[in-house]
Amino acid sequence: MISNEVVELSRLQFALTALYHFLFVPLTLGLSFLLAIMESVYVMSGRQIYKDMTRFWGKLFGINFAMGVTTGITMEFQFGTNWAYYSHYVGDIFGLPLAIEGMMAFFLESTFVGLFFFGWERMSKLQHLFTTWLLALGTSLSALWILIANGWMQHPVGAEFNYQTMRMELTSFSELFFNPVAQVKFVHTVAAGYVTGSMFVLGISAYYLLSNRDVAFARRSFRIASGFGLASVLSVILLGDESGYTVGEVQRAKLATIEAEWETEEAPASFTLFGIPDEENMTTHYAVKIPWLMGIIATRSINQKVDGINTILERKRGRIKSGMIAYENLQRLRQDSNNQVAKAAFEAHKSDLGHGLLLKQYTDKVIDATPEQIETAVRHSIPRVAPMFWTFRGMVFCGVTMLFIFAAAFYFNAKRTAHKQRWLLRLAFYGIPLPWIASELGWVVAEYGRQPWTIANILPTHLSTSTVDAGQLYLSLAGFFVFYTVLLVIEVFLMLKYVRLGPSSLHTGRYHFELEGESHA
Amino acid sequence: MLDFETLRIIWWAILVFLICGFAVMDGFDLGIGMLLPFLGKTDDERRVMLNTIGPTWEGNQTWLVTLGGITFGAWSLVYATLFSGLYTGMLVLLFGLFLRPVGFDYRSKLPSPRWRSAWDWALFAGGTVPAVVLSLAAGNLIIGLPFQIDNDLRSSYSGGFWDLFQPFALLSVVVGVALLCLHGAAFLQWRTEAALAERARQVIFYSALMFVVSFSVAGVWVAFSLDGYHITSVLDTSVIANLLAKTVAKESGLWLANYSNYPLLILAPLLAIMGTGLVVFLSAKRFTGLAFLNSALVVVCVIATAAGSMFPFILPSSTSPISSLTVWDASASQYTLKLLFFATVLLMPIVMAYTVWVYRIMRGKVTVADIQKNQHILY
Repeated sequence: MISNEVVELSRLQFALTALYHFLFVPLTLGLSFLLAIMESVYVMSGRQIYKDMTRFWGKLFGINFAMGVTTGITMEFQFGTNWAYYSHYVGDIFGLPLAIEGMMAFFLESTFVGLFFFGWERMSKLQHLFTTWLLALGTSLSALWILIANGWMQHPVGAEFNYQTMRMELTSFSELFFNPVAQVKFVHTVAAGYVTGSMFVLGISAYYLLSNRDVAFARRSFRIASGFGLASVLSVILLGDESGYTVGEVQRAKLATIEAEWETEEAPASFTLFGIPDEENMTTHYAVKIPWLMGIIATRSINQKVDGINTILERKRGRIKSGMIAYENLQRLRQDSNNQVAKAAFEAHKSDLGHGLLLKQYTDKVIDATPEQIETAVRHSIPRVAPMFWTFRGMVFCGVTMLFIFAAAFYFNAKRTAHKQRWLLRLAFYGIPLPWIASELGWVVAEYGRQPWTIANILPTHLSTSTVDAGQLYLSLAGFFVFYTVLLVIEVFLMLKYVRLGPSSLHTGRYHFELEGESHA
Repeated sequence: MLDFETLRIIWWAILVFLICGFAVMDGFDLGIGMLLPFLGKTDDERRVMLNTIGPTWEGNQTWLVTLGGITFGAWSLVYATLFSGLYTGMLVLLFGLFLRPVGFDYRSKLPSPRWRSAWDWALFAGGTVPAVVLSLAAGNLIIGLPFQIDNDLRSSYSGGFWDLFQPFALLSVVVGVALLCLHGAAFLQWRTEAALAERARQVIFYSALMFVVSFSVAGVWVAFSLDGYHITSVLDTSVIANLLAKTVAKESGLWLANYSNYPLLILAPLLAIMGTGLVVFLSAKRFTGLAFLNSALVVVCVIATAAGSMFPFILPSSTSPISSLTVWDASASQYTLKLLFFATVLLMPIVMAYTVWVYRIMRGKVTVADIQKNQHILY
């Protein structure tokens, strides 16, 4: 049996490294598109300032991109180093999008990123523009494939268990690719990345405007960021992935815990705006509810029910018992693959095998589980309510605040007075951390909300780890901690330095710090 | 059209191809990293070295990332067993790789000599650590790793990090480091000029010598002393065989069995050694581009030698030979292999085409004058 310590340390390491990686990914996604837009304007208008913009924001992009690459390799290694049984059990499906991601997206972005920085003098304007667009395309394609992989973890479709190879095997690529959860997640995540890039450019431009330097440069950057940002933040909110929460049981459990909906309500369900969820008594204190809203958001209808936590737990109980039968017959089949009786019984209960495996945490044999152990497994078959409830609301709060900032920026831009609205500039500047907070919280909602599974209803988290010992994990955690801390300090230091320098860092002789001598003379 | 047996042989070949792609493309980047503090005498010279690979190293490293992804997708059990077994080694490799993207991008962003010198050593480590760990791992693959697969197909590994440092594996490190220094120096001589190119030429000579000697010793070792592995049971190659049902022999010299079945295989090690001589010759005659092409050929031949000797083994197990992962029992399902095959055939030629395009645009020698002219743009 795998020790809980190993499981918890592996989870901690994965969560920390994924959250850390996700400090850089959204900015890469968003900035690469903003660079492509700025350079397109340059090529169409022929005005030098847009080229300077592309190159300056490109410098900041580069500082961030290096960290994204650095921390991204960790993620790919970690499935193998720390989640070896997972890799074996679902590699046939999960590995496929990752392999395609490498060939279709990673090569594209990493081959053209060098050309983006060093190819300015060696290519025609159009060729360079093409390079920048390919770079942006590469980053978004990468998000597409990784979210297809991730979407499958949340809602595993198009695959079946093979008792001879003891793993899940792919049966339909189109189901994998067009997985509704993956599609919604892709739009949501990529748009969130675009929001991050926009907020970054908007906030830093606001800082230049507030300190009254490089105004022409900053105003143009501000304008592009506000338009792109508004469109993106609207996509994130309107196409937010709540609509992906009605397919698949784990997704429904997420929705119920996010909303702290203990009992199934009559359709259309109300939306709990605020409250204090109480896990012990399975109730929410001081709940402020908006009638109908959740039913409409989640089901896009007024007559479908949204499952409450109790309804879900009741189903879990049945599935765990059925999973025990599946497990028992799987063992018989592993002994003798021609045992027809066992085969028939296994086929009948196969879809609940994962629920049977949930019991492995409490008893290695599974079939000898006591009623108490079954009840414990049922109780832990969905995530805890409070973390889901709060992280989700934190994310939405950040999103709505950004919507306000972008809408105001867009409005005052249209009136051509944005640069005079000092309150707005300040808000944009202090709002820079918002998209990062929202992204990190969103990751927690999606991935903590998947617990206790790595693959929803198929493979429990505690079975997924490698057979390593805790000592190795403490060592690697310490290594990550040291490296990531040092690298973050360096990255932030360089980023701040270049942000302060502004476009003067291009050494074109056209910007603030280079003109200072003349203008003050 | 594509039966499972053929498909898996193709997938073994694609795996070898990707390893070659990584070793050829990223190999000279790693080599240049290892040579950086020694060949670059001044800041400008070190910048010349970095900028010969600056615009392209990132794409080159993607071969490694893609290799990981492909192994995950097409050989899941290999990916799981190898990465979890070599846990600490993999993390050391990873920490080494960390230093490269930031090293390249951040090094010249500040003028301070201390800042730059610190990053130069980081880039040195970023070249050396991966070269050493990967060669060490390759040596251990040939020796066999101490792992076991149970009835649930869960792998457990019984060695520790320091057990990787076995004599044959250490010799592999010498082979690997010499080879990558040779390859890196060949690239440098081609893409730089004057004193730097001259120093690169000297490195080519010495690393070629070191490579030929160590590679030959390794060959003799494998032939007369090192345990090889051989499947002794009859396998059904049309399905995914039950891993634990096979029988495997383990004794010295068995890694040469493939050479009697496929005599042409001997060309791989022979070409590796002859090609090295040719690299030295061409480099001395200043046919630097051809010398580099030849060193790429040598890299491919070395990998082909190892892979060809081991086929159909991918990961032999030293402690439980029947747990060894082979082409016949460690692949993905036929459907996944087929899909991934079409994806690879479609995508990799495109990748290689635009890689060539990028190299063409960035072609030509990098000089100290270029660095001084583009202080604020180049790495």
